Amino acid sequence: MAIVKNDSLIEQEWITVDAEGDLPSSDENLIVPLERFKEERDSLLGRNGGLGVQLNPGDAPEDLADDLDRLSIITVNFPAYTDGRGYSYGRVLRERMGFTGELRAVGDVLRDQILYMHRCGFDSYDLKVEGEVALNKVRAALKEMSVYYQPTGDGRVTAQSLRERRRAALGQKAS
Amino acid sequence: MYRYDDFDRQLVHERTEQFREQVKRRLAGDITEEQFRPLRLMNGVYLQLHAYMLRVAVPYGTLRADQLRQLGMIARVYDKGYGHFTTRQNIQYNWPKLDEIPDALLDLAKVEMHAIQTSGNCIRNTTTDQYAGAAADEIEDPRPYCELIRQWSTFHPEFTYLPRKFKIAVTGSPNDRAAVKVHDIGLRMHQNDAGETGFEVIVGGGLGRTPFVGKTIRDFIGKNDLFSYLEAILRVYNRFGRRDNKYKARIKILVHEEGIDKIRELVEEEWSQIKDGSLRVDDAEIAHYIEQFAPPAFETLADDDADFERHKSENRRFANWVRSNVIEHKQPGYAIANVSLKPIGGIPGDATDTQMELVADLSEKYSFGDVRVTHEQNLVLPHVKKADLFALWTALDADNLGTANLGYVTDIISCPGLDYCALATARSIPLSQRISERFSDLDRQHDIGELKIKISGCINACGHHHVGHIGILGLDKRGKEFYQITLGGDASQDASIGKIAGAGFSEAEVVDAIESLVTKYIDIRDGGERFIDTYRRVGMDPFKEVLYGDR
Repeated sequence: MAIVKNDSLIEQEWITVDAEGDLPSSDENLIVPLERFKEERDSLLGRNGGLGVQLNPGDAPEDLADDLDRLSIITVNFPAYTDGRGYSYGRVLRERMGFTGELRAVGDVLRDQILYMHRCGFDSYDLKVEGEVALNKVRAALKEMSVYYQPTGDGRVTAQSLRERRRAALGQKAS
Repeated sequence: MYRYDDFDRQLVHERTEQFREQVKRRLAGDITEEQFRPLRLMNGVYLQLHAYMLRVAVPYGTLRADQLRQLGMIARVYDKGYGHFTTRQNIQYNWPKLDEIPDALLDLAKVEMHAIQTSGNCIRNTTTDQYAGAAADEIEDPRPYCELIRQWSTFHPEFTYLPRKFKIAVTGSPNDRAAVKVHDIGLRMHQNDAGETGFEVIVGGGLGRTPFVGKTIRDFIGKNDLFSYLEAILRVYNRFGRRDNKYKARIKILVHEEGIDKIRELVEEEWSQIKDGSLRVDDAEIAHYIEQFAPPAFETLADDDADFERHKSENRRFANWVRSNVIEHKQPGYAIANVSLKPIGGIPGDATDTQMELVADLSEKYSFGDVRVTHEQNLVLPHVKKADLFALWTALDADNLGTANLGYVTDIISCPGLDYCALATARSIPLSQRISERFSDLDRQHDIGELKIKISGCINACGHHHVGHIGILGLDKRGKEFYQITLGGDASQDASIGKIAGAGFSEAEVVDAIESLVTKYIDIRDGGERFIDTYRRVGMDPFKEVLYGDR
């Protein structure tokens, strides 16, 4: 298991807890499922450690609208790589709701989906392979393609906008 | 026609290299077939009964001569000398070897073609009217919008792992030749009260095991807003479409279970938040794409041509072909020529390498190098001078491509069925061949008139049997093939789903059953009524009676 963020391997600093059961000490950094967050919001926000929320397929990221600035991390669970709901959650969180914390893909996170996740706003990936292997996978995945048609909030320049710039430049040259 | 620029070329090139690496990993045993499966599917590579199958995208059914010629070359080099044009305006090769597929994709990339998103739970190839840019009844050429949809949907990061596959069809004409009402999204171009051209948006149509005619989610969306509106629909589908059951995962089920009003509410709410964003396409951008599909350099001609008329009166076979296969063009002196891939007793939609090369050559000679693939599995030369039709037909006819049967009873849509397909429960090709042979007499076909027979070899309905005037569904009953007949289906602007006539027939009985239906229709039709019109007038009972008597 390794977590890759910003072209580096990072330590797991978060404890992900279940929907029920005892919580670790107040100083620990916790990630709780959305359902539990909704139920125990006030006591969770009153803890000392960092707080994050995990979205599972079927959850509504909109439920976090009032609390985004209190969350350091949101994890989005992809229980199977074929379940693509998390891509929409990523875009809604980043582009619509303006979440600026860490957005981590967890679950069945595989090389061939990482570029899509990145384009949808994810900035960290919890992979089921170790260290350097994980880092190399993420690096390879992120540079496999260099042309993008869709405007998403990821800051990549689309083919369309490059075309427009080129046309404008050619137009200036011609005149 | 749209030409790739360096961005499009780069994207396809990178994809081709990516897949070459993936195949290498598979052949070296680094990844299992299980792990390889989603990767190959995203590149159009299926594993069929006997071999891998490669499905190549023909975006909105439009081909240039050099592309069709390359498809012929690929059929010869990588396959057994033929390819199969599909109901999604694509082409499939049935016998490629896995280790050679990366080379085939490289050869496709050389002519700006690929197999991207011809499979998988993503947005598939957008289809449209095969007569786009040529049809006399067209409001506007739909292809610029199709190209914009192609780009928007290619490697869409959010919509590559949808609940299920997703198909979009567009018509620019009120006479729907693209079956838009039986697609996940159908777009019908029309003008609103203010005189602006835009689209009616239809969602939740589809065939398969649960057929539905789509419902209108929005009567009018302006061109500038089309793409944000599509994104809103897809986001709602991606978030809320069912994923618990593969057979209930298409958007048609979501629309059916939640109701169109609820889906409309969700989509409109989503759209209101993104409509002014970066997916809004301005007029200048649209104009740029319209320009790329500008009409070819038509000559100014009189609409009639004396030689053309003379050939018709002198050559009955030519006159027959013109009668069925030639369609009115918007430009005086020109015509749309349909090339039937349904020779009597042939395999619907198949074309050999040399046939593809011939049509490519003829398109350069007579149709500005423009060829179309139809969802009814034929080819079209969209811009032929009437004065050239005889020479064109003569050349086509010499290679078994001059069959005069467009829209007739022998112009059958058929899926590959159990001869190739791993999902099939019955054969469909041999049955289509036998029906074709039974009705081979051209005078009789002409007398019967428009009659759309569509055959599927399993419940997944790739042969569109639900929307056949007569539909045939091949099933398996205790190891024996049998065929269920549906009547009254229609894929046009008057779309309807056919109704099951009754108990199924054995392979030996089914051709006779079709014949008795046709005989009944001839007997009771009113004037110029088509089969479907008669069925709609009299209903199922008279037909049921000839099929089953007192049974």
